[in-house]
Amino acid sequence: MVALLGPNGAGKTTTIEILEGHRRRDAGEVSVLGHDPGRADLDWRARIGIVTQDGGDLGELTVREAVTHFARYFPRPRDPEQVVELVGLTEKATARVRTLSGGQRRRLDVALGIVGRPHLLFLDEPTTGFDPQARRRFWTLIRQLAGTGGSTILLSTHYLQEAEALADRVAVIVGGRIVADATPEALVGQAAARAVVRWADGRQETDDPAALVAALTSRYGGTVPELTVSRPSLEDVYLDLIAEVS
Amino acid sequence: MTATVQRGTPRRPSALRLGAHRATIEIKSFFRERDAVVFTFAMPAVILALLGTIFDGVYPGSDVTSAQYLAPSMIAAGVASTTFVNLGTGIAVDRDDGTLRRLRGVPMPPSAYFIGKILMALVVTVGETVVLLGIAVAAFDLSLPTDPGRWLTFGWVFLLGATACALTGIAASGLANSARSAGAVMNLPYLVLAFISGVFYTPVGQLPEPLRTVGSLFPLKWMAQGFRSVFLPDSILTQEVVPSWEHGRIALVLAAWCVGGMVLCLTTFRWRSRRSR
Repeated sequence: MVALLGPNGAGKTTTIEILEGHRRRDAGEVSVLGHDPGRADLDWRARIGIVTQDGGDLGELTVREAVTHFARYFPRPRDPEQVVELVGLTEKATARVRTLSGGQRRRLDVALGIVGRPHLLFLDEPTTGFDPQARRRFWTLIRQLAGTGGSTILLSTHYLQEAEALADRVAVIVGGRIVADATPEALVGQAAARAVVRWADGRQETDDPAALVAALTSRYGGTVPELTVSRPSLEDVYLDLIAEVS
Repeated sequence: MTATVQRGTPRRPSALRLGAHRATIEIKSFFRERDAVVFTFAMPAVILALLGTIFDGVYPGSDVTSAQYLAPSMIAAGVASTTFVNLGTGIAVDRDDGTLRRLRGVPMPPSAYFIGKILMALVVTVGETVVLLGIAVAAFDLSLPTDPGRWLTFGWVFLLGATACALTGIAASGLANSARSAGAVMNLPYLVLAFISGVFYTPVGQLPEPLRTVGSLFPLKWMAQGFRSVFLPDSILTQEVVPSWEHGRIALVLAAWCVGGMVLCLTTFRWRSRRSR
């Protein structure tokens, strides 16, 4: 699973729309599953799945009807009943879509995205507007999908935690450019590499805080006044990255 | 890219089959939205009942009452309402609420969407026509023809007229910027046409010449004339613009609008709303 992480307006949705073939690119080359999405045919489309950002459609259908209907577009769909179960909507299978809560609605969107057994699944800011509990539950679902599906998932999000919790690889995008591309661990490692040492009349960033503290101790001939050593969190690294670019 | 098909790879379903599936869910969705159903059916029915009650009298030289004259024209207006207005607003709503966006994300041939919409509109239109005929027969003593030739005329006028209006409605759906404005955008041309085609203003022969000329450029006037030729005796022909039903010209104009509507659809149809571009 790859996460596209960036602040609002960074170009995440634009990037995903270009990859989905829903938006024309201004320049450059794009290849998705070996094809240019701008000219891809329906066979290509049958191999990707899209979970849209904010749909208000299908209101009068039931959950089961919607999933069953969308299974029909694909040559090798999953069993709609199993998909409804997988996303945890079995109890709502006969409920009209318009009566679903925001979280349930997003689960249905996921169901419609995966019912065609896609090789590549796009999840564009799937948990925007969720409360923390609903977000955690949604993460569990996405992890399950990643575990079972055999499909690559491209997730866009502006929540750092979400990228960290779900993705094998995180690309940070700011102002339309990728400014970092690494595993979450490597990003955390990058964060851990630098420490900030503060004391009464100074502040210094260093790779070796122990040596600096030792040097300071001998300079003050004892206790260093108001000494703190802090390591920037992943969030600090992320915020730094964003600040550098903008 | 090499055009190899793996053995045993299931093929994608055809546009026709998907169109039929789409029609099923379109019809389900339409009939489940109670208020839309009631108002779609009620609008021409109420107008027929009202105008039919307000106008009275018999046209000179015939035994046709004003209400009976109005009824076939209202059926034509009903067809225009359930095809042109219904499709135009329905597609604007689809564009706004994410339906089209979602469909563009699945391997659906675009034609399947239009097949579904048109089949849905046809079902609703047949229903509307039955309701209007019922009112005309029950309340205004309109007699249904027994001559199969007249029903044949009804059939082709209905099919050509509904198709022309449906295609024009699909093309016009792009005029509305949002679902909220779609109702207003689609109803204005519909109401204007209903007046200058001699539907709300009867008989058509009494319309001022310039309005009549404009009206005769559009399909509604000809569809109404075609339906009058089915349900009214030839003794009413003196009230028409020319004393003939002009079946050839009706077929020609309606067919031309089918072709023109199709061309408009293919050239102007937008999958995305202008705002989200």
